[in-house]
Amino acid sequence: MNPIIEVKHIHKQYANHVALDDVSLAIAPQKIFGLLGPNGAGKTSLIRIINQITGPDKGEVFFQGARLSPEHVDYIGYLPEERGLYKKMAVGEQAMYLAQLKGLKKNDAKVRLKEWFRKFEIDSWWDKKIEELSKGMQQKVQFIVTVLHEPKLLILDEPFSGFDPINAQLIKKEILELREKGATIIFSTHNMGSVEELCDDIALINKSKKLLDGSVKEIRKAFRSSIYNITFKGNLLGFTNAVWAGAEFLEKKSDDDVHTVTLKLLRQNKPNDLLQAVLNSGEILSFQEVIPSMNDIFISVVEQRQTANTQSSFTE
Amino acid sequence: MTILGPLLMAGVFVVPIWLAMRDKTDHRILVLDKTGIFIDKLPDSKTIKFTYGAESLPSAKAKLKDGPFDLIMVIAGDPINADRAEPFLYYVKQPGMSTEQYISNSMENILFDYRLQGDSIDVSKIDRARRPVEIQTIKVTQEGKDEKTNTDTNMIVGFVCAIIIYFMIFLYGSQVMRGVIEEKTNRIVEVMISSVKPFQLMLGKIVGIALVGLTQFILWILLTFLIQSTVVNVMFKDQLADVAKQNAQVEKVNRNDLSANIPSMKKVKSPNEVIERINEFQNIDITKILICFAFYFLFGYLLYAALFAGIGSAVDSEADTQQFILPVTVPLIASFIIAQAVATDPDSGMAQFFSIFPLTSPIVMMVRLPFDVPVWELLLSMVLLVLGFLFFTWLAGRIYRTGILMYGKKAGWKEIGKWLFYKG
Repeated sequence: MNPIIEVKHIHKQYANHVALDDVSLAIAPQKIFGLLGPNGAGKTSLIRIINQITGPDKGEVFFQGARLSPEHVDYIGYLPEERGLYKKMAVGEQAMYLAQLKGLKKNDAKVRLKEWFRKFEIDSWWDKKIEELSKGMQQKVQFIVTVLHEPKLLILDEPFSGFDPINAQLIKKEILELREKGATIIFSTHNMGSVEELCDDIALINKSKKLLDGSVKEIRKAFRSSIYNITFKGNLLGFTNAVWAGAEFLEKKSDDDVHTVTLKLLRQNKPNDLLQAVLNSGEILSFQEVIPSMNDIFISVVEQRQTANTQSSFTE
Repeated sequence: MTILGPLLMAGVFVVPIWLAMRDKTDHRILVLDKTGIFIDKLPDSKTIKFTYGAESLPSAKAKLKDGPFDLIMVIAGDPINADRAEPFLYYVKQPGMSTEQYISNSMENILFDYRLQGDSIDVSKIDRARRPVEIQTIKVTQEGKDEKTNTDTNMIVGFVCAIIIYFMIFLYGSQVMRGVIEEKTNRIVEVMISSVKPFQLMLGKIVGIALVGLTQFILWILLTFLIQSTVVNVMFKDQLADVAKQNAQVEKVNRNDLSANIPSMKKVKSPNEVIERINEFQNIDITKILICFAFYFLFGYLLYAALFAGIGSAVDSEADTQQFILPVTVPLIASFIIAQAVATDPDSGMAQFFSIFPLTSPIVMMVRLPFDVPVWELLLSMVLLVLGFLFFTWLAGRIYRTGILMYGKKAGWKEIGKWLFYKG
């Protein structure tokens, strides 16, 4: 399928700091796309360019194959990380205003808003002023306003910050539902837990450069490093002797004669070789491959790049 | 503010009248006139009644305590020939200034006539000799027709317009600035500009507040007028009539009925003057003034509001605006000061320059306008103002679109200078 958003060789520079350096991305429709990176990596700059809040210095952005232009803003919904509403305005009035700003007709906006307010159980807030609401309540209103015009592309910058676990769950559910209905979601975060849970694809940005992109499954597969976790009942010494040449022991835990061992297979050894070695040493209780979490991948990739940079600066 | 404003404004008009009217206590004055000059001559007013007596002061003082009199006036000596007649007024409760004023005015009038008559001088001759001089300025128009003008009226009209423009620019300009700062600190601005262009948002804010201002302004004028006239007419109807009667009486006494023969004497303070002023207004070419007022008001506001919006976008809170606001307020305040000099000499080179320079023209030109500005100067000033508005709005727009997305960093002039050259 054609990507809904395609970013090609984007450069963006502020006074004396490069925010984005030759970043290219393609985001497939009806997917949840995680935009990951440490603080100051350039995520917000990229999001602002897609939102046409700022323009790139170099490079192009395409929305459904067409060059990004002002009429596309009605198809995009944006929930910024730093968010807020007009404090003195009533909730309903404000929501109506923002909805109409996104091109909704007055009546449609009202019907949809009432629906969402019912869904989120906040009907009674319609006439309240924003400043009377708690921060979490304001976030709910803001989320509704973001998705109300049923955007094809939804850009959420740290959407769960400011929500309690229950409301975060509610928002997660809504995000998944929106994807089912056909929306594509760009989801910027450094909370890796929610990435594994929600994202189909990701891109990792650090220091204005894209380090990595692809589907979460494939990335995690690619970062597999033949690490296995095995629990067995029997003789640890026998086991160690059986496998010591083919594996590197990372961790051992023993409880009486039940042993849990994490090890990394060396050379061309296969899991089956490991199992065969263990079969003679005792009774296998569990065996599983340890797939690196997104968190591990994130840290290892960012750190790797940093050491690479330091090394290269040494050689220079 | 919308409702409170007119109330305050009306208050400014009404309170002094009310204060003046407040001295409503009735006074009954026992006059012990040993000279006999004033007996039966002091005119009563609605609240002040004179009674004449001949008893001694101690016995009169007893009446002061138990009534019916609350004031005793003792006139003795030779008031006709004294440098200064000094009657004594005894009281238990002090009377107001207006009461004292009324008594002394009445006495002065009586003494004036008495002295003249004593010297066998005809009062009408004195009045004749004291006729005022009033220069009638007449403008010769292009068509060679004469038109009556009045420098005073011209100055007043110009100044009132200039003051209104000055205050409105300040009032609504800083409102624009606060609005921008509010949007920025609220962080709603990021949501907004994902839907509209920053420039649109800025212009929208400026135009929106202009419309609010206009509504408020019209409402203020209407309500102020309404409240003021209602209050004055309803509340102070009696007092006003009273004052009018009193004045008429005083004047009558003053002129000793003789001035009726000399209509020109009545000119000062007569309703004729109001009518004359209105006539002069018409001579100034009220349509031209109104059109120019609307034009300079609108574009002056737009120009400054854009600058205020630019400042608002560059700061994080109102407290940080100081260093940027100064260069914007200086030309505004300066033009107000210049305007005063221009009013006295409307055709000087300085007046010409500042009434054409876009940052000062909205105020300075309004002061010059009633003094017949050459058409080319007026047109140049207008064109430059529109160009100035376009330029400063463009400039403010460049600052704005970068400024509203900068948080937490205190920008300096150098920083803002760089923003101007960022690519969209």
